[in-house]
This record gives sequence, structure tokens and C-alpha cells, in this order.
Amino acid sequence: MSKPRLVSTIGEKEYYYPGHAACHGCGASIGLRHLLKAIGPNAILAVPAGCTSIIAGRANLSTFGIPFIHTAFGSAASVASGIIEALDRLGKKDVNVVVWAGDGGTFDIGFASLSGAAERGHNILYVLDDNEAYMNTGIQRSGATPRGAWTTTTIKGKKEGKKNILDIMRAHNIPYLATASVAYPLDFHRKVKKALSIKGFKFIHLMSPCPPGWRFDMHLTVEVARKAVLSGVWILMEIENGLLRLNPPSNTMLEKRRLPVEEYVKMQGRFRFLKGELLEEFKRDVERNWERIKKILEEQSR
Amino acid sequence: MSITSRVKKVLTGNHATAYAVMQARVDVIPAYPITPQTTIVEKLDEFIENGLLDASMIRVESEHSAMAAAIGASAAGARTYTATSSHGLLYMYENLWWAANARLPIVATFVTRAIGPPWNIWSDHQDIFTLRDSGWILFMAKNAQEAYDLTLQAFKIAENPNIRLPVGIGYDGFYISHTSEPVEMLAQDEVDAFLPDKRSIKPLLDPSNPYTIGNLPEASFNFLIRKNMWGSMESSIDYIKKVGYEYYLLTGRNYGDLVDKYRCEDADTIFVSIGAMANEGMVAVDRLRSKGHKVGHMALRLLRPYPEDEVIDSIGNAERIIVMSRAVSMGKGGILFTDLIDVVYRNRLNVDVYDIVVGLAGVEVVDNDFIKVYNDVLDGIFDKRETIFLMGGKYV
Repeated sequence: MSKPRLVSTIGEKEYYYPGHAACHGCGASIGLRHLLKAIGPNAILAVPAGCTSIIAGRANLSTFGIPFIHTAFGSAASVASGIIEALDRLGKKDVNVVVWAGDGGTFDIGFASLSGAAERGHNILYVLDDNEAYMNTGIQRSGATPRGAWTTTTIKGKKEGKKNILDIMRAHNIPYLATASVAYPLDFHRKVKKALSIKGFKFIHLMSPCPPGWRFDMHLTVEVARKAVLSGVWILMEIENGLLRLNPPSNTMLEKRRLPVEEYVKMQGRFRFLKGELLEEFKRDVERNWERIKKILEEQSR
Repeated sequence: MSITSRVKKVLTGNHATAYAVMQARVDVIPAYPITPQTTIVEKLDEFIENGLLDASMIRVESEHSAMAAAIGASAAGARTYTATSSHGLLYMYENLWWAANARLPIVATFVTRAIGPPWNIWSDHQDIFTLRDSGWILFMAKNAQEAYDLTLQAFKIAENPNIRLPVGIGYDGFYISHTSEPVEMLAQDEVDAFLPDKRSIKPLLDPSNPYTIGNLPEASFNFLIRKNMWGSMESSIDYIKKVGYEYYLLTGRNYGDLVDKYRCEDADTIFVSIGAMANEGMVAVDRLRSKGHKVGHMALRLLRPYPEDEVIDSIGNAERIIVMSRAVSMGKGGILFTDLIDVVYRNRLNVDVYDIVVGLAGVEVVDNDFIKVYNDVLDGIFDKRETIFLMGGKYV
């Protein structure tokens, strides 16, 4: 019997071990497992404060089968810069240096170090694990929290929209950027492999739902992530050498063949304040994202 | 061109440091500019661009990232150096502690400078003393030659596998960093023989031997990590002396003594100070000695670990110690004083200790200041329980 497509593509070897300390249904856990399969074993992971500080397990055991360094909250990209330069001096030129950072460590406190490393063009893959709030400290809003979402510091729903980090990183003129979703592991795996094949600074923005933070049942993680894509709230794409390409299934959704946004929103308790005008504004956020992409694609085809 | 034989050059403290870093053949230098540190990094950049130093310069976007990149590079096994001052030191503060707790053998220069506001680029020692409790081994140089010599020794001390702590070398901004003086440099092959093989630094991050660095521990496990760090700090004293003595045999300049004693032998009064102003203290000693006063001066070359035995030994039978601090613990006293008073108490030394704060914010300290305090101490005008502030020859 032939192996399922997933296994034959990503391989059976695991570097993310049982016994990790992630919550049940953790989206980041799915992301880490597939990331490590794609980068391991000849890789080093730098991780700032966040959920993965806990997920990594208890000293002196570890969840990870590759070298892993915890960094200060705002420092992951800079630590990775130091690692890649050191490996270069030591003649270890084939090691994948990868950052795995949450949205707080990327959009907010870690942004300066991220921008610096991207501008310097360091040969690093930076994977942003976006669960749209400071989940590890107990669900506080971040620059990645979407409009209308409840958090413990936006108890009536966030009034502001989500920062468009992909556009900001795109403006750094780095050779490869992509979005990904834990509901589409093959797409994520391909993008990680693609990024590793390119020299320079690469950025992958992974959407990873969080059951306790988003208020949905732990068995629905993949379903929520999939609905985000099918409703067009989350768009799968990649930008290679400045050229944007939509990826399946988002590539069929330019002309609004999308599920209603409500299908995604209603699954999550965090959106209980997302009604009326706030919901309309949320929908306009989604529409604006698509319009921007449309414009970019039109410019490219000219 | 590399330095093939011993040579004496007229160098600023910053350039003397840059030469030592070059001769130590560092691998990675993450750095961010701040006055008065900048000319170290500029010189190193010049060495790299001109092919004299085969190293990577990481031109980071902040000091916080400078130390973060140093952490990454050192954890991966590279010989790593950086430098900063004042607000730069404070901005990298989180990662300075991170480097110490992660036991990374990073060497850094801290060109001392006042902390704002108001903005002030002149020297005092407030910045380096914020690292007092961090786990960094801290030296304080009092001239460009010491800056050069201690930088070379720092790599050897930091990389000792029984120590593995970061080492910082402090010296006064402008007084030392930008003032030129003759500095004797070793030949490159002497430096190569003196320093350990940089590839003997054990990488913490190695795909062939994967470790996770910094996972959440049990509290008791964490306690022992801290206790082990204390042990390494304490036992490093012997090694620091050994390295200093080895350096003495090589150069004739004695670093085996962690306290630079000047005419202390029969002194009844001893001044204590560090850095550039120690030179003024020694001039004051000569002047007072010429008038028959039995005075001496102790310059602490090592701030952490505190060279307690040598300090006690240097105090000898002195009746009084006048501690001149260029940094103050607000609400407590001069920092050199608070360090010393604990030694006096724990060892039940029968000696009076005076707490004088001078030179804050770059106010000049000269030999006359030492002499004035000495005379006033003898006249008994001070209450020993007081912290005295002396500025430009006047108490304020």
C-alpha cells in the first residue's frame, strides 16, 4: 500500500517530540511539527518569549530534536543574525538558521530586530506564528489582533485593525515572503522548503488558531484555520523576488467565491462583540486586503 | 599589516582596544554606535575592510540587538566582541544579563559615560556599575596600556571552560578613550601563543549534538544554576591572577595584582579610586608623601569578582581609608564605598572609612581634590556616617 501523500511528501521522521507542553488543540504545535520536519535535522531554531517558551518543555529535557535557543522577547532575529555569522566563520555553511516567533515577538516588541535582520539580508528563515494576541501571558491584544476581537485588554472588542505585517516586510525587498495556514500543511511544507532554497532573509506568516485565546473547542483548530482561508479572511500567497502569486485555494477566490465571513467569525467566542458596524468594518478590512492584492496582480500583469 | 614584532605606538584608549581585539582574532563583532565608544568599532571596521582582521561585523539596528547578536554568535561557538557606553549599555541591559546567565564568553568594552537626562557625553562610572550584580567579570583600566592589556587577558579568562562568563573592560570616556598615549603592543605570534585556541570554545548550538538552551527549570534547578555561577565567579579570582601573572612574565607589566597598590606599605591613610582619576590619586600621594604624610592609593583593577583578599592585604595597618567614588547608589552612598565597607565589617577591620562622591557627570577630578579631602579628614570636619559630595574643589 502506498503511503498517504502527506507522509510521502514530508517524511516520517519527527523532530517535535511527544511530551511537549502545548495546550490541547494548539495550532502552533501543528506548525512546529511541520516546520521541524522541513528544516531538520541540520538546523538551529531561535525562539523569543511566547507560547513556545512553554511548549519547549521542562529543563533539562526538550521537545525539540534540533538545537534550540530561547531568546529575550525582542531579540530573536538579532540572535539568529549572530548565529548565522558565527556558523559562517566556523565554516558550517549548510545549517538552516530559523526563527520561530509569535505575533507579539514580531509585530510589536521584536519588530526593530526583525526589520534590522531583514535589511541586513541575513540568511535566515523567519517564521511568524500568528495567533493574534499575547496568548502565553493570558490573551492580551497585540498589533496582530484583528478588529473586534475580545482579549483581556480589549474586553469589549479591539477597536483597531490588524497591522499588515506582510506589506511591511514586502517593503524590505526580501527575496521570499509567504503566508501559510496550519490547515494546509503541504502548502506550508512546500513554502518552508522553497524558502530554505533561497539565500537571504525569508519571511513566512503562519496563521495558527488558539483554542483558549480564540474561544473555540480544541478539536476545531484545523476547521477554524480552514474557514479563515475559505472565507477570505486569511489569504494564502507567496511573493518571490517581488512577484506575488496566490496559492490554492485562495487563488480561486479573487472574484469573491468565498464563504461568508460570518462562517469564520461565528465559530469563535472572541468575536462575540463583532456585530453591526464593527462587523461591517471587519468585512471591509477583508475586502481591502483582497483589493490590494488585486491591484498588485494587475500591476504585475501589465 | 599584522604586527610582527613588539611595537610601541601612540594610541587612544579606543584604538589600543581595537588593536587588542584585532590581535585576538575575534570572529564576530555586532556593534551599534554611541559616543564615546564609536572609534573602537570604526577602527575594527577599518581593520576588517583592509584585510587585517578576518571577522564579521554585524551592523545592528540597536544595542539591544548588538548584545542579542553577540549571544547568538557566542552560543554558536564564535569568539565574539562588542562595545558600548552609557545609554547603549542600559539599552542592551536585558541581554547583558542574558549573556551572563547563559554563560557565554563574550568580551565587551564599556567606555564609561554619564546617564541622562540631561544628555551628557562625559565620563562617570554610573553605567558600568549597573552591571555589578549581573555575573559579568568587570575590569576597570586606568590608561590606554591597561585597556590593551586587559582586553587580551579578557578573552583568555572568559573562555576558560571552568569560568565561561562574559568579561567587560571599563575605562573613562574621553579621559582614556580619546586621549593618546604610548602603548606597547605584543607581536601577533605572542598573542597567538598567549590566547587559547578560539576553536576550543564549546558551541552550545550544534546540530550534531542538539541542546535546548534556556528551557523552564524547576526552581531548585534554577537556584543551583545561580549558585554555580557564584562558584565560577569566586573561583575565577585565582585564574584571573594566574593569567595576570603570565602576562607579567610576558610583558613585565604586573596584572597578577588585582589591586594596583601605590605606596601603601606603611601608609596610615589610603585612597581608593578607579579608572582615570586613580592617576590623579597617585599624584596626590606623591605630593603628600613629599611633605611627610604617610599616604597610599589603591586602584581597583577588578570590580567583579571583588578582590577581597587583596583589598584587606592592601589596607594592612592603615587607620583610615578615603573612598573616592565616581558613581553613587542613590539613597545609599558612593558605590566603591558600599563595596568596601562590607569587607571592613565582615573582616572586623579596625579602620575608618570615608565616603566621598566626586566627578559625576564628567566634572573633573584632580590631585588637589584628593589632597583637600585628606586634609579635611585629618581636621575631623566629616561625620563618618555621611556621604560627602565634592565638586571642583568645593563640597556641595
